[in-house]
Amino acid sequence: MTTTLQTPAPPGASERSSRSLVDTVFRAREISIAGALVLLVLGTWLTNHRFLSEQGTKDLMLNASILVLLAVGQSVVVITRNIDLSVGSVVGLSAFACGTFVSDTDRNAVLVLLLGMGIGAVCGLVNGFLVSFGRVPALVVTLGTLYIIQGIDHWWAHGEQINASEVPEGVLDLGSGSVIGLPYLSLIAAAVLVAVAYYLRSYRSGRELYAIGSNPDAARLAGVPIRRRVLTAYVLCGTIAGFAGALWLARFGTVVADNAHGWELTVVSAVVVGGVAIVGGVGTVWGAALGAMLLTTIGSALVVLKVDPFWEDAITGALLLAAITADRIVNVRMTRALRKRSARHGHGA
Amino acid sequence: MAMAPEPTGPAAGEAAPIAFEWSRLLRWDVAVGILLVAVFATGAGSTSDFASSSNLSFALNDIAEVGLIALPMTLLVVAGQIDLSVASMLGLASSLVGQLWDAGWTFETIVPVVLVVGVLGGLLNGWLVTSVGLPSLAVTIGTLTLFRGLASVVLGTEAVTQFPATYTDWVREDVPGTFVPYPIALFAVVAVVTAVVLHATGVGRSLYAIGSQEDAAFFAGIRVRRIKLVLFAVSGLFAAFAGIVYTLRYGSARADNGLGLEMVVIASVLLGGVDFNGGRGTLGGAVAGLLLIGILKNLLTLNDVTNEVQVIVTGLLLVLSVLTPRLVESVTTRRQSRALRAGDAPTPPPPSPRPGLSTRTG
Amino acid sequence: MNKSDSVRPPVLALRGVSKSFGAVRALRDVSLELHAGEAHALAGENGAGKSTLIKTLAGVHRPDVGEVLLNGEPVVFHGPKDARDAGIAVIYQEPTLFPDLTIAENIFMGRQPRRSLGRIDHRAVRRTTGELMRRLGVSLDADRLARGLSIADQQIVEIAKALSFDARVLIMDEPTAALTGSEVARLFSVVEALRAEGAAVLFISHRLEEIFSLCQRVTTLRDGRWISSEPVAGLTEDDLVRRMVGRDLDELYPKQQTTIGQVALSVRRLTREGVFRDVSFEVRRGEIVALAGLVGAGRTEVAQAVFGVDRADAGEVRVDGRALPPASPTAAMDAGLALVPEDRRQRGLVMEMSIERNIGLTGLGSLGRGGLVRRALERGRAADWAARLQLKYNRLSDSVEVLSGGNQQKVVLAKWLATKPSVLIVDEPTRGIDVGTKAEVHRALSALAADGLAVLMISSDLPEVLGMADRVLVMHEGLLVAEIPRSEATEESVMAAATGRNTHSGRAA
Repeated sequence: MTTTLQTPAPPGASERSSRSLVDTVFRAREISIAGALVLLVLGTWLTNHRFLSEQGTKDLMLNASILVLLAVGQSVVVITRNIDLSVGSVVGLSAFACGTFVSDTDRNAVLVLLLGMGIGAVCGLVNGFLVSFGRVPALVVTLGTLYIIQGIDHWWAHGEQINASEVPEGVLDLGSGSVIGLPYLSLIAAAVLVAVAYYLRSYRSGRELYAIGSNPDAARLAGVPIRRRVLTAYVLCGTIAGFAGALWLARFGTVVADNAHGWELTVVSAVVVGGVAIVGGVGTVWGAALGAMLLTTIGSALVVLKVDPFWEDAITGALLLAAITADRIVNVRMTRALRKRSARHGHGA
Repeated sequence: MAMAPEPTGPAAGEAAPIAFEWSRLLRWDVAVGILLVAVFATGAGSTSDFASSSNLSFALNDIAEVGLIALPMTLLVVAGQIDLSVASMLGLASSLVGQLWDAGWTFETIVPVVLVVGVLGGLLNGWLVTSVGLPSLAVTIGTLTLFRGLASVVLGTEAVTQFPATYTDWVREDVPGTFVPYPIALFAVVAVVTAVVLHATGVGRSLYAIGSQEDAAFFAGIRVRRIKLVLFAVSGLFAAFAGIVYTLRYGSARADNGLGLEMVVIASVLLGGVDFNGGRGTLGGAVAGLLLIGILKNLLTLNDVTNEVQVIVTGLLLVLSVLTPRLVESVTTRRQSRALRAGDAPTPPPPSPRPGLSTRTG
Repeated sequence: MNKSDSVRPPVLALRGVSKSFGAVRALRDVSLELHAGEAHALAGENGAGKSTLIKTLAGVHRPDVGEVLLNGEPVVFHGPKDARDAGIAVIYQEPTLFPDLTIAENIFMGRQPRRSLGRIDHRAVRRTTGELMRRLGVSLDADRLARGLSIADQQIVEIAKALSFDARVLIMDEPTAALTGSEVARLFSVVEALRAEGAAVLFISHRLEEIFSLCQRVTTLRDGRWISSEPVAGLTEDDLVRRMVGRDLDELYPKQQTTIGQVALSVRRLTREGVFRDVSFEVRRGEIVALAGLVGAGRTEVAQAVFGVDRADAGEVRVDGRALPPASPTAAMDAGLALVPEDRRQRGLVMEMSIERNIGLTGLGSLGRGGLVRRALERGRAADWAARLQLKYNRLSDSVEVLSGGNQQKVVLAKWLATKPSVLIVDEPTRGIDVGTKAEVHRALSALAADGLAVLMISSDLPEVLGMADRVLVMHEGLLVAEIPRSEATEESVMAAATGRNTHSGRAA
């Protein structure tokens, strides 16, 4: 096309500086969480060097792995302005199912993982279907499925538990083994994190999840298949939760029906601390993963620092509130700054 | 003349009497009420001990705390808000009661102190929501963790027992001559007050307006922030009070008392047809939902149905409570639009002649 | 220049289309043909069905009866995506952007250029965005978030979106409402270029001169019905207005003579940084003062700051001589101020509430003792005002959703008049309502002023401003730039002030 236009730039056209302002603020979340994490680790290590011994580091990583996985899955749902409260129950069900599956056999670890993912995918499908096609509030539906899945799990387990001695070596190795000091579990979590992050950044359907969370009406007008995408997000979240359940078995060996009971709120906390807005459209899985690591590290640090472990929840809660409050204040300030800036340019033209 | 110079007087109001609308029977909250009656009748017919006054007293008292918390929660949900921190506040209150009692305080001083803590906790929620402008869901997930954490800071894993019989008896005994325990009698009184507030006062009208369209409410001069702040404070107050009742009823103060109870509270309110998105629902519905969950639980227990199955039933009810109205709605709209496409839709009345318009050409 | 070819089928057409929403018939048996290389105007009053027609072409609505034809073949659009894939670009009146995403992402959402394995080619996205911005002659940064963009800049992003997929049909719903003169000129040259390359254009504007300078054909709708389709050449503005309105204009603006009294509302140096500055004016009893200007000039924001919905950074508002505390709508109401907001559905009414409860909402303290609400009083208040404003309804307990736009507006008016205000601010009081109700609203305002009410009327509808106002205040980019008495107010004088021009000059085409 040959449109040529010589009109000068209109008022309000932004220049570099406002972009870098915006950019800095939005990157700031990941950076500040990472900074807090480093400070926490360093501070604790200075008080007690055992914190970063070989075993200490390994423990830190192992503790974080499963929560990181769940936070990654949950972020994908939260980005679309929804929520999945059933993840804790899915982990419990998947772990118990996998435990029953391998109990006193020598079944392959890969099969176990596939089974876990399959169970999770089915749960995610149910949630996603109810939310996207039933058009019912996500919080209520997933609260319902939280109960249902948990009930099925307990009913099935019937108070029994699966002991590490019944679980084949191959599976337990997956949970405790490592290469060059990096536990398998953490490597798996990192791989999932990178894959999901790359998907969200580099695929159309990934970007569309952000579009749905940011402005659902605009997404509809832009031709985004909202229902299908939301369904996909739930299936992904469920699959990851089921996967995490299988890994739970591998990590702990002992499995009861009550596993990961109440974890849903910890996961949501991690996601929100990591800068994923509960109203959707904003945040990255990197942030969510950092949030998860921060929360688990606080727990470990308290033990090492000999702080009463009773403080852990209080600190987590306060941290969550501080993070979202700071976020909000920065946002309000920035909007005001942008408004004044654009006004100055506007009136100057 | 279009503009009458003076109001036509109260006669205009009497011209349109408030008639009973039969369509109301189709509402979800009424359906839950009917279901409640049906379950009760089935239970009374099939299970021998169910309708005995001792069992009913027990079943009712079992929902005392959830009920007390559910009343302000209903108002919050109608206003489009949610408070997930209530069960943690219950735990915090329980811890405080235990710790202060252990420290030798009298019960008469403990109660007001604990209630003040409840109000302060609620104000924190309300302040973060109204002044900082955060979504209540995120805020109260934070305070859920915070309050529960503070509860363990206060009492650790200890359990304080040995409360004076004067108080523990009060929460366990029935109002003389009835099968209604005192906490439930109190619940009933508060429920009536709450129902009046929600359905017959300006505040109640404002709550519905805030819940369905906060902007419109604000533009109509309704003090949106103040109302929300007060609601959260009241929610904290009742959660703390429920904490005291819980502690006395079980005779044990623990930090993890009422863990996860917020889910039961919300399940009851939503099951009663209060719309999670705000602006719709009745207090009667919420109370019906609450009683339904309580009675069902009792009935299933009496019939040796395991706890696991009860949990599943609760979950299913919750999903159905939001899904059914949506399904009914979508079937109705589909039928309507099919009728429109077929062309046999009733034609809207033609715009009636506008008297006075044609003579006003000057 | 491409002449529309009568042998080739139209690129996009509607044939016998009807569409209803509940009881409202938005379109009845409407036909329209868009030809390649032709700019087609769609004319009609607010509420004539233009927006519904556009949404039908855009795949948002599906017609109840009739069909959409693409190159002469019937098609069914199952959603906006189908329409877009058919090469139809729509620029809506209100931009629909994703505030949390960058400008580049907003332009290419769902259509990002891809490289191997289906991955998005981020570099290409950014580069193409840069090219589009250069073509449009603007310097918006591709990586900037859409949040906080001015309306004009948002409009630019929407146009870039349409350009990015070489649309064969470009539909624009009042794209110029928020633009200044130079921005309009730039937009028109882009549209001209697209048309010269063979795109079909459907253009909606309430500025008639734009229709005459840009378009070759014009289709007129009235009350959802097709009225005419004809070449623009040979048509006068008066002809077009007559087709749109279907009656003599005088009837629409029944202005009564009033005696102008004391100052009721006085605004002194009101400022909200970045939005408007140093705004001072007075409104007297019995007077209707219009606040004119382009969309985005800050008029609505001034009204909201006066009413206390937004906080002003500086300045003072007095009602009947008493200063109002800042940022308190409740105090403003007590002082006798009322605001009928522009966005009826979001701010004026609680849509799912009943008529009587909506009207009662502004008087909750006065409907009973001790905070209680007596239903009979609530109903009486509603019935009284419904009768006075000739509201058409079945039952007062019906939700306001089922009313037509005009009747909804009457409910908003009733809700505020019931507070017996001394100053009434109305923001776009007749936007999107049918001509008949429009006249009734005008008559009501006129009668209210005659009874001594001070009325401040924000309106983008110039004939309405000229027909109703005793005085016209004009805002341009956040400043009050002109005050024009009724005797001197003309379309030219108001538009010149609104667009920041000193003299009336021909618009660049």
